[in-house]
Amino acid sequence: MIRVAVGAGAIDVAAEMAAHHAGGHGASASFVGRVRGDGGLTELFLEHHPVLTPGGLEQLAAEAAARWKLAALTLIHRVGSMAPGETIVLVLASSAHRAEALAAVEFLIDRLKTDVMLWKREAFADGRVGWVEQRDGDHARAERWEQSAD
Amino acid sequence: MALTLSYFAWVRERMGIADETVTPPAGVATIGDLIGWLAERDEPGTWAFSEPAQIRAAIDGRMAGAGALLPARGEIALFPPVTGG
Repeated sequence: MIRVAVGAGAIDVAAEMAAHHAGGHGASASFVGRVRGDGGLTELFLEHHPVLTPGGLEQLAAEAAARWKLAALTLIHRVGSMAPGETIVLVLASSAHRAEALAAVEFLIDRLKTDVMLWKREAFADGRVGWVEQRDGDHARAERWEQSAD
Repeated sequence: MALTLSYFAWVRERMGIADETVTPPAGVATIGDLIGWLAERDEPGTWAFSEPAQIRAAIDGRMAGAGALLPARGEIALFPPVTGG
């Protein structure tokens, strides 16, 4: 079962986990990304493309499902305005054994940062507003998945 | 050649619009050509596209490099490197 979603509403992590784990899978791994309040950040805004952003996430989910034997996969990304502490992204992957579930989660979060049409804009308490720049390390992490056979 | 261009993040802010329909002049054949043409077309274009290395593109939803040929019609999205996750 693959569930992919993009939306402006808060991600209900507990409810998503309950639905995902209802399958009673042998091994499950998860990643929860939250807004950090570093440097007086007051708002994180995620811009997206209404068609290409969900399409990109679906493509990544399909790649993960083709690469590892997964019993269930949940990939949810929030867009729009968020406050520190709120959940931006949730990745859940389940398999019969841990290695595949853990690898799939790492693959999805790494590739999400370089392949999917999403842009972060930060606003700070002192009035500064700016677009986040892509980090070199993000590309290096994403490219590892091109090189390794699995 | 009638193309719909859509802009995102700081590219959209610098252009001052989210999308437009354009008919590029003869000789504009690739994504790289299109970015070069937009950079010379007007002031917002210069501000948004004077550093082509900072621009990524998608043709009808598929990521496309600077050398990719423009279709006769379709949507070209132009945007900075993505920063989701």
